[in-house]
Amino acid sequence: MTAISQFIENEVKSNDVVLFMKGTPGFPQCGFSGQVVQILDYLGVDYKGVNILTSDELRQGIKDYSQWPTIPQLYVKGEFVGGCDIIREMFQAGELQTFFGEKGIAARAA
Amino acid sequence: MSIQEKIESKLTQALQPERLAVINESHLHAGHQPSFNGSGETHFRVRVVSAKFDGLSRIERHRMVNELLENELAVDKVHALAIEPAAPGEATRW
Repeated sequence: MTAISQFIENEVKSNDVVLFMKGTPGFPQCGFSGQVVQILDYLGVDYKGVNILTSDELRQGIKDYSQWPTIPQLYVKGEFVGGCDIIREMFQAGELQTFFGEKGIAARAA
Repeated sequence: MSIQEKIESKLTQALQPERLAVINESHLHAGHQPSFNGSGETHFRVRVVSAKFDGLSRIERHRMVNELLENELAVDKVHALAIEPAAPGEATRW
């Protein structure tokens, strides 16, 4: 396992909710990342944002790790949940709230 | 062949879609990076209804489309790909 995939694995295993994104939760630098930030903030979920723009190695590494070609990417309890489209769809259907509940993550009911 | 035409042709062949809309949204992202002037083929939205999605999870559907368009993402440098997949009979908003 490469150093970068070890770093990623450590992030997703040591934090319940991790969002790999462009920019930071306070200052997203991409509209798709920004949409997921808004949803997580709305639900009041505690999460860690990892800014993949800080390193080309990380930017490529996360795509290889998840076998998913685009950013953002949301991980919950070590499991890849999806990118912007999937998170938004789940949120709109009320499934994201249920999913967090099943995973034991505190989230406000929408 | 434009990138848009390649996307349409690959998805049509592989998914035999009931409905397909490939929308170039690059103009909506003009200026957010120096190389995006809005006239290019950098940002796409794919809306597709196909029986191939029957019984597949959201992630599996997205993976299928991502894999079909691997070359467009990696070689043609499509920067963003929004995907709205549905199986026949499922609700769509378009």
